[in-house]
Amino acid sequence: MTSSRAVAEPVSAAGGAFRREAPAQRRLSPLLQLTLVRFREFYREPEAVFWSFLFPILMATGLGIAFRTRPAEVSKVAVVAEAAGAEQVRAVLAADSSLDVALLSPDEARKALQVGTVALVVVAAGPSAVEYRYDVARSEARTARSAVDNALQRASGRLDPVSVSESLVSDRGSRYIDFVVPGLLGMSFMGNGIWGIGFSIVDARRKKLLKRFVATPMSRTHYLLSFLLMRLVLLVVEATVLTAFGVLAFGVPMRGSLVLYAGTCLLGALTFGAIGLLIASRARTVEGASGLMNVVMLPMWIGSGVFFSASNFPNAVQPVIQALPLTAINDALRDVMLRGEGWRVVASEWLIAAVWLVVCFALALRFFRWK
Amino acid sequence: MSASGVLALEVRGLRKTFGDVVAVASLDLQVKTGECFGLLGPNGAGKTTTIEVCEGLLQPDVGEVLVLGKRWHDAEHELRQRLGVQLQETQFSEKITVLEMITLFRSFYEQGPSPDEVIALVQLEEKRRARVGGLSGGQKQRLSIACALAGDPELLFLDEPTTGLDPQSRRQLWELVERLRGLGRTIVLTTHYMDEAERLCDRIAIVDHGKTIALGTPRALVRSLGAEQMVELTMRDGSVGALDATTLSGLPGVLGVRMDGPVVALQVTAAHEALPALLAAVDGAGATVLELRTHTPTLEDVFVSLTGRHLRDQ
Ligand SMILES: Nc1ncnc2c1ncn2[C@@H]1O[C@H](COP(=O)(O)OP(=O)(O)OP(=O)(O)O)[C@@H](O)[C@H]1O
Ligand SMILES: [Mg+2]
Repeated sequence: MTSSRAVAEPVSAAGGAFRREAPAQRRLSPLLQLTLVRFREFYREPEAVFWSFLFPILMATGLGIAFRTRPAEVSKVAVVAEAAGAEQVRAVLAADSSLDVALLSPDEARKALQVGTVALVVVAAGPSAVEYRYDVARSEARTARSAVDNALQRASGRLDPVSVSESLVSDRGSRYIDFVVPGLLGMSFMGNGIWGIGFSIVDARRKKLLKRFVATPMSRTHYLLSFLLMRLVLLVVEATVLTAFGVLAFGVPMRGSLVLYAGTCLLGALTFGAIGLLIASRARTVEGASGLMNVVMLPMWIGSGVFFSASNFPNAVQPVIQALPLTAINDALRDVMLRGEGWRVVASEWLIAAVWLVVCFALALRFFRWK
Repeated sequence: MSASGVLALEVRGLRKTFGDVVAVASLDLQVKTGECFGLLGPNGAGKTTTIEVCEGLLQPDVGEVLVLGKRWHDAEHELRQRLGVQLQETQFSEKITVLEMITLFRSFYEQGPSPDEVIALVQLEEKRRARVGGLSGGQKQRLSIACALAGDPELLFLDEPTTGLDPQSRRQLWELVERLRGLGRTIVLTTHYMDEAERLCDRIAIVDHGKTIALGTPRALVRSLGAEQMVELTMRDGSVGALDATTLSGLPGVLGVRMDGPVVALQVTAAHEALPALLAAVDGAGATVLELRTHTPTLEDVFVSLTGRHLRDQ
C-alpha cells in the first residue's frame, strides 16, 4: 500500500487524501484521452477493422473483376447438319470472325441451345431460306441473330446503302469500376459513420457508462467530439486506401483537384458521423438503434447511386434522391474524380451535405440522452 | 478533524416518483464531514434513487439537497470536481485496460493522484495492464471505485459496492473502504448487507419503502432493541400451533415474540432467566423443539422488529 504516506500526515477535512502529495500532476487532456480510448476500442476489435477497411476493398475487387471490359464478344452458334445447304451456311458464317460456328445434329443442337452453350441455332430451310431458333430474352442471342443475319444477307448479295466507318473507344472513367469506386467510398463513410459511432454510444448508454461519465466533470462536448475526431483519423485511412487501390489496381482516373476530393471526403465523414450521433442520441438498446440505422441507410444504399446510377429512378422521386446526403457525397466524389469538375460544380452538393451535418449535429446535441 | 461538525451532505424532505411508483416517499439525511454513512435497506427501498439524487443524476420531485453546502443547480461543475461516484451497475469497456480507464477518469479532474497511486490504493497493481474484460467481479468493483477516486474526492458515493461478490472479494472491498475512511474521506454507501453496514459505517439510516425508519450508530440502533440476546426456536412440524405468542411474551425476561412459520423468535434480556421458563412453557404446551439458537442482536434484528420482514428474502 503506497498510501502510507498519506495516512501518516494529518488529514484535513476539506481535502482528500492525496491532495498534499506535492508535485502537482500535469493535467492530461481529456479530449485526447477520450479519443485514445475511442481508438483502442476500435482497433482492439478485429472485426470492426475488417468491416471498415478491408470490406470495401474486397467489394471493389469483386466488382472490378466481374464487370471488367471484355474483348469484343464472340457469339457461339450452331448449324443443323442434316438440312440441305447446311455446309454452305456454315462456310459463310465461319468466315465471320465474330461468330464461332459448330455443325451439330438436330438433337445436339436442341440440347446445346437449351443449356446455353450456343446462343442461336440456324436451320437451312431451302436454297434461299433459313430459320433462326433462339431465346429473344437473352441479349447474347439477339447479338448472335443480328451477326448471323448480316453475314448471310451480305453473302447473298445485300448492299448496305449507308457507308459506315467505325472508331472504337474504351474511355478510362466510363467503366463500371470507375463508377463504383467513388460509390463504395461514399458507402463506407456512411456505414462507418453511422455504425461506428451509433453502436459505441448506444452500448455505452446500455452499460451505464454514459451515466458514469456524466457523474464526472467530463465535458459533454468533448465526449461527442472524440467520436468525430476518431472518424476524421479513420477517414484518412479509409479514403487513402480505397482510392489508392482503385487508382493503382484498376487505373481509375483522378482528374480533379485532390484538395476538393479530400474536402468532399472530410465533409462526407463528418456528415455521416453527425447522422450516427443523431440516431444514437435517444436509443437505449442496440436492437432499437440497429433497426433505426437500417431504416436510415437502406434508402441511400439503393437510391444514392452506389452500385448503379441514381438517374435510373423515375423523375417523380428525383428531388428526394438528390436531397439524400449520400447522393450528394457520391455525386461530388464522381464529379471531382471522374470528370475533373471544380468547386462551382461541387458547391451545391457540398451545401446539401453541410445542411445535413449542421442540422443532425444540432439535433443530436439537443436531444442526446445522457443517462 | 477540524471541521467535523460541518455537513458534507444534507437532504431535506426528499420525494421522488417514477410514474405511479413512489421510489422515495419522504427522506431526510445529514452526513457529517469525515464520517462513513450507510443507507441500509432491502431491494427496492429507494437507496439508489436517493443516492442518485444526491449525486445530481436525478431531479427530485420535492425536497432540497445540499452537497458540500452547495446546491446542484448553482454549482454543478464545482461539485463534479469534488465528488467521487460509483454507480450500482456500470460496465466499463471490455477492451480497455485498468490503467487506461483510470487515466481517462483522471483526465476529467483538475487535480488528483496519479493513476498509479490510485491503482496501488485499490490494490490492482498486478492487473495494471489487464483489460477490463478479463477482471473478476471483485476486481471490476475495485476498478469502479478507483475511477471514483481519480479526482481525489472530498465526498465519495458508493452504491452497493459489494453486491454479488464472493465472501473473499467482499472482505477485500471492506478493507478498501476502511482504508479510505482512514484517509479521512466522507463516504456515503448503500447496502442491503447488515454485516457490511455494521462493520463499515459510523452511522446508518435504515430505509424501507422510501422512508427512513431508523437512524443512528450501529450500536445505538442495536441497543434500541433493548434485548441482550435473540433466541430462535425451530419447532417440529405442526407443534408450533400449540404455542401462543401472548403467553410467551409474558414470560420473565422476554421482550418480544415473533412467529414465522415453524420458527419462534424472541427478544430476551436475561437469558439465564428466560430460557428455563421458555422451555418449561413449550413443554407444558406439548410442543417439541427441534433446534434452539441464540445470538447477540444485529441490525437485521432491528430491521425485522421494525418491519416484520427480513432485509434479504431467503
Ligand atoms: N427509472 C425508474 N423507472 C421506474 N421505476 C424506478 C426507476 N428507478 C427505480 N424505480 C423504482 O423505484 C423503487 C426504488 O428503486 P431503487 O433502485 O432506488 O431501490 P434500491 O433500494 O436501490 O434497490 P436495490 O437494493 O435493488 O438496488 C423500486 O420500486 C424501483 O422499481
Ligand atoms: Mg440500488
